[in-house]
Amino acid sequence: MVGAGGVAGAAIPFLVSWQPSALARASGAPVSVDLTKLEPGTMLVAEWRGQPVFVIRQTESSLGGLEKHRDRLADPDSEQPDQPEYARNSQRSLKPEFTVLVGICTHLGCSPKPFFEVQPEPFDAQWQGGFFCPCHGSTFDMVGRVYAGVPAPTNLKVPPHRYLSDDVLVIGEEDAA
Amino acid sequence: MSAIAAWSRSAMDWLNDRLPVTHVWQRHMSKYPAPSRLNFWYYFGMFSMVVLVIQLVSGVWLLMSYNSSTVTGAFSSIEYIMRDVELGWLLRYMHSTGASAFFAVVYLHMLRGLLYGSYRRPRELVWIIGMAIYVVLMAEGFLGYVLPWGQMSYWGAQVIVSLFGAIPVVGEDLVTWIRGDFLISGITLTRFTALHVVLLPLVLIFLVFLHIVALHEVGSGNPDGIDIKRHTDADGVPLDSIPFYPYKVLPNLLATAVFLLVFCVIMFFLPEAGGYFLEHANFEEANPLKTPEHIAPVWYYTPFYAMLRAVTYPLFGIDAKFWGLVVMAAAIAILFIMPWLDRSPVASIRYRSWPSKLALGVFIVSFLLLGYLGVQPVTELYSLLARVGTVLYFSYFVLMPFYTSWEKVKPVPERFE
Amino acid sequence: MMRAGLLLLLAALTQLGALSVHAAVSAPCGTWKGTGECEDVSFDMSDRASLQRGAALFMNYCLGCHTTRYARYERFAEDVGVDIDLLKEHLIFDGSQPGSLIVNGMKVADAKKWFGAPPPDLSLITRARSPQWLYTYLLAFYRDETRPLGHNNRVFPNVGMPHVLEELQGVQRQVCAPVRTYAENGGVRRDPLTRELITEESCDVLQVDAGTGMMGETEYRQAAYDLANYLHYTAEPYRSQRISVGIYVVFYLLLLIVILWMLNREFQKDVADKH
Repeated sequence: MVGAGGVAGAAIPFLVSWQPSALARASGAPVSVDLTKLEPGTMLVAEWRGQPVFVIRQTESSLGGLEKHRDRLADPDSEQPDQPEYARNSQRSLKPEFTVLVGICTHLGCSPKPFFEVQPEPFDAQWQGGFFCPCHGSTFDMVGRVYAGVPAPTNLKVPPHRYLSDDVLVIGEEDAA
Repeated sequence: MSAIAAWSRSAMDWLNDRLPVTHVWQRHMSKYPAPSRLNFWYYFGMFSMVVLVIQLVSGVWLLMSYNSSTVTGAFSSIEYIMRDVELGWLLRYMHSTGASAFFAVVYLHMLRGLLYGSYRRPRELVWIIGMAIYVVLMAEGFLGYVLPWGQMSYWGAQVIVSLFGAIPVVGEDLVTWIRGDFLISGITLTRFTALHVVLLPLVLIFLVFLHIVALHEVGSGNPDGIDIKRHTDADGVPLDSIPFYPYKVLPNLLATAVFLLVFCVIMFFLPEAGGYFLEHANFEEANPLKTPEHIAPVWYYTPFYAMLRAVTYPLFGIDAKFWGLVVMAAAIAILFIMPWLDRSPVASIRYRSWPSKLALGVFIVSFLLLGYLGVQPVTELYSLLARVGTVLYFSYFVLMPFYTSWEKVKPVPERFE
Repeated sequence: MMRAGLLLLLAALTQLGALSVHAAVSAPCGTWKGTGECEDVSFDMSDRASLQRGAALFMNYCLGCHTTRYARYERFAEDVGVDIDLLKEHLIFDGSQPGSLIVNGMKVADAKKWFGAPPPDLSLITRARSPQWLYTYLLAFYRDETRPLGHNNRVFPNVGMPHVLEELQGVQRQVCAPVRTYAENGGVRRDPLTRELITEESCDVLQVDAGTGMMGETEYRQAAYDLANYLHYTAEPYRSQRISVGIYVVFYLLLLIVILWMLNREFQKDVADKH
């Protein structure tokens, strides 16, 4: 009994050493993004904590179309906690015009690709524009809400973010509410 | 002359008193009763030993120039080996071709087991240890594929490690624990290197040792599924056997030479094998911000990968991806219980009738189909086919107790005819 | 059963062969010629003149922004038979040692600012894509005023790179022009009476403005080929060594197999005689 306890105890250093080290925990500073060059209907990819973060500038029509396909979505009202409270609204963002998403599929971590044109695609004949993951075929709409019946279980995550000014977005920080 | 003979005899005696050299030689070589009627399927076990040696030696030599201390160092040290180290390209291609060859011969070795019932009593443990070798080999192959730190290395690691995130409750923490970071990083790379180079090879060698000891305890099977131990001569040696040494040595050497010929043709003339052994995207350094257009695992994982992708329905309030993981794990786990699924009175497919033959045929077709689908991009048709393939794959095992006990079998002769 | 097994194995192998052929040709060339198929050319690493011309083009036009940071000048000189003095004179422009890697002085941060993304290292480009892809890509630039640097590319839409070889090729534009039409069997369609070509107006034809380039079409295609050939060499400089060593090894193994086969046959005969 005591011996078994000793063996279990001896395993501790080997298991615990696999936790993220102090070095790994320390990296992850916020990044700021200049929005002036971002055209409507396009997106840019920022790097935050080694992950891609998509910043999408929506158009009138892309925002207007968000309600059209709600019955095909798994979580149209963003009920799962995949976004900070301040981004839990119909367009999942602080400002309707800009959407900020962690560009990592909630299935197995590939980075989805933008397919913003509303046109039939090989993976969806009634495609309304959004993201398609090349790895396992998950689909998301323009604000990162996941379609039902795809491998990804939840909407794309919205990282903590705030605006320093109209043109500067900071990812990884939030306004003290 | 006789003085030398006398001296060498006493040297052998001295050695044998301290180490069972002669005993081991006799037991495993000069007096090991190999069934006298075997066919080419019985060479693949030895081929996998040959590949194991190739992998160990080429791996150690690669490690002399590989650098995993930084992520850029990892990618460029591979190119350094390929270009600047004299004949380094040969070492690298040996190791990369060896990885695919390993799986090829192991798959054929396993298929031999299914054909001739090698997993059946009294060889259950031989089979289970062999399955453990296969699982360790899959882990070893996966970890090794991460080391060159190309695009496929990175995104393959990302996908496979994220699989553990599908486990309810502990998943996310488990993933962070495996990576040692909040993303796949240099920390992940160095620990994968340690596991690939030191820990898993040790486990692998130990399991291979057990596999052979267990096999030599119960004796080799044969394509007829005849128990050769039932008819022995006065010394207890099976009548339908011949000593491995010297009778089986030449045929084995010949087979090995043929195998090495195939191996070398691929290694020297088709090292990428059209993107199946070395994937195109892996010639690009890992970029955590961009997933390659089309990601697919190396060919030997694709059947299981296709099953993982085939599951897209959540069940009991748990994500579909968890069930995908369960299906994939079950596809491997179910092979472990083969000895208890097969209820047939005969071992070999030769004496079974159409239900067993059909089932095995369907199984092989479904495995190849899933393997093909695993490298293709996802479309609606392909996901449907993957589901069909998955069902067929499992039906081979699940229905086995029924069709094997129901079907008529031919009488098995007492001895080789 | 043994024969069935062999047949099965053979079937599986041919299946694998078919798959790999499929993978090898599926490197897509964007919207090139409408179908996205790359130009079908084969490359020749033993053509030393082509490799030397390609290297000169690379050093002159590409090395300013791109690198081949895993390749060394000296290795190329040895493989292609260029004298070290000639190498220093004609191919090394930044005073590097012959043994050094082929890199430039551009900083990643600057490159990101200028082109949006740093120009990739080209050491392995033909292995990551294919040499055919690279060749087609070099043919596929055209003027597009909507792009920041004024150029677009059929093979790589919206690429950040300008058409650096434009002074050689001339100004290529997307124009409307009559194009040949093809019958279902792949043949060119002609009027059955006059035998004249039946054409169709198309507005995505690439055409070079006459007299704007230093090279004619054939000459430019040769230059693109040389450059792709050189980078194909750079992706695997040891390729010819690999093949020549491989031939020796395969012959040795064939000999070994014959000897072992004969030995084994004699041996099995002896065994059969004894019993």
